[in-house]
Amino acid sequence: MRLIQGNEACALGAIRAGCSFYAGYPITPASEIMEWMARLLPARGGVFIQMEDEIAALGAVIGAAWAGAKGLTATSGPGFSLMQEHIGYAAMTETPCVIVDSQRAGPSTGMPTLPSQGDVMQARWGTHGDRAAIVLTASSVRDVYEVTVAAFNMSETYRLPVVLLLDAILSHMRENVELPELEVVDRARPAAPEGFQPFAGQEFLPFGEGANLVVTGLAHAESGRPRASDGVNLERMLRRSRDRLAADAELISRHRAYRVEDARHLILAYGITARAAHAAVDRLRGEGVRAGLLELQTLWPFPERLVADLAARVEDVVVPELNLGQLVWPVRAAVAGAAPVRGLSRADGRLFSPAEMAVAVTERTEVVHAPAR
Amino acid sequence: MPRLGKDLRQYLRVEMLPNVWCPGCGHGNVARGIATALDELQLPLEQVVMVGGIGCSGRTPFYFNVSAMHTTHGRALTFATGIKLAKPDLTVIVTMGDGDAAAIGGNHFIHACRRNIDLTAIVYNNATYGMTGGQHAPTAPRGTRSSTTPRGSIEAPFDLVELALGAGATYVARTTTFDFDELPRRIAEAIRHPGFAVVEVLTQCPTFYGRSNGLGDATAMLDYERDQTVPVEQITKEDLVGKLPLGVFRQAEGAEYVREYAALCAASRGAP
Repeated sequence: MRLIQGNEACALGAIRAGCSFYAGYPITPASEIMEWMARLLPARGGVFIQMEDEIAALGAVIGAAWAGAKGLTATSGPGFSLMQEHIGYAAMTETPCVIVDSQRAGPSTGMPTLPSQGDVMQARWGTHGDRAAIVLTASSVRDVYEVTVAAFNMSETYRLPVVLLLDAILSHMRENVELPELEVVDRARPAAPEGFQPFAGQEFLPFGEGANLVVTGLAHAESGRPRASDGVNLERMLRRSRDRLAADAELISRHRAYRVEDARHLILAYGITARAAHAAVDRLRGEGVRAGLLELQTLWPFPERLVADLAARVEDVVVPELNLGQLVWPVRAAVAGAAPVRGLSRADGRLFSPAEMAVAVTERTEVVHAPAR
Repeated sequence: MPRLGKDLRQYLRVEMLPNVWCPGCGHGNVARGIATALDELQLPLEQVVMVGGIGCSGRTPFYFNVSAMHTTHGRALTFATGIKLAKPDLTVIVTMGDGDAAAIGGNHFIHACRRNIDLTAIVYNNATYGMTGGQHAPTAPRGTRSSTTPRGSIEAPFDLVELALGAGATYVARTTTFDFDELPRRIAEAIRHPGFAVVEVLTQCPTFYGRSNGLGDATAMLDYERDQTVPVEQITKEDLVGKLPLGVFRQAEGAEYVREYAALCAASRGAP
């Protein structure tokens, strides 16, 4: 049992997952991840480098991935905005890597030390063009460790940039945790380098290992050679990555259900907000209100069937978020009118308390927090 | 000596040819210089990675029989930094344009110089944005006409050599596509150099720069390159007005990043 900080748990999870390369740029509230990696990696033969900005950080991580490394970078909103260019490049080039975004209240410089869940849609859609995306989140220090390992494993399995959304509270809070040994997945390698088609499937071969590869952010054939005017080819590649995730939706969907068996009111929460939701469910149950919690750790791909099935059994669904309403939209789409869906919003850099969340369930209010005049 | 007639096809990914460059473009001369340098150095090609930016120059890696990474505009050096650090045995050569190096990627350029990481950066300076149709570039002299400076530029240009020197690169050279023999020699020296090496190549864009500025066809532009430059050893005060010096401006030893990092790792072995 150790008392550690969320950001430290993230760094330890990355090391556990086999991360051998970190490039970053300091930013509150993510900096401790970088500081831990600066301490941990050199002693383990890994690479740490502080780059000139966040665009450079992710560029270096992607380059390292093509040299065979498992790479990580961590940032917060302003840096995450800058990284969108290379998130698209990583998606287009099917590059495994992990990007942590410890969310703070925005937009712009916003409130650097206060939490937010304002980057949920950006994590999914922030880069231009269409792409398959895996976005994970966590609600405890122990979860941060485990989900970091899962993020690496998924990025290795599906050859995708995987985003892990933390927030200013989760990053900085400390909890007593056990850090278990977890299964680690490494990218599949082709049987032989001869004739290897780098974009034909999940197998991956780094530079300098027997094949002269071609990698480009232009639309390309399975050989990697550019096909910048062949729309049919591009759409086929995009659909293929999307379908891969759809086929494995159940494996990718990490979630916890709490007291949902007989629930009449479902709270659907994620990240730090799920902590208050958990307490709110107990409080409501104590008052005789049959509430339950669905905590999502996988936000994207959005687990539509899971949400639809649970929503079909309840009177209403409440979606508390530290933003003005983001994940509530795919929840509404998945529930498709089977039950009313209410969003609970606050974007003032504070967390929901269990009490105000419980009141919102019973009083059926939409906005918990009214800004002071 | 110029290797006229030497068959360099083994260095090329011939199935990617013909290239995208316009007739008369100087980028083919630079590519030939790279192939000649590879021939001279006799590096194992499977251990060479070429990283390109975006624009006409960024396409170069596609045409070489090495691993090729065509990246994002201005940021090729960031990818190259990751590749080199993760696998130091690889020889990493970056091709980029003046837009890549001096505009959108200026920050990456100066920081790669400062780190003195063992990469070779070949900057194709044609003082225009050719791929997008001949807009103004930050290396174009004051008064240059382009589609975005139709009445002439009012901006001062970047001097990439001065920039690289000031930022700490340990090998800095400038040559031209006119200097058929010197060009591959400079590239070979840069690849051999154990630190961050910059070769700025003045290259002609007859399609846009030449046409917009009344400089004539490709051969006339090569003559112009010759007339507007002077070897650094022979330079006089009068030459410095309106002319660019050519040659090797720095070839020095310096703490190289990958080696420094390896020493740091060795010193921290066994730490928690």
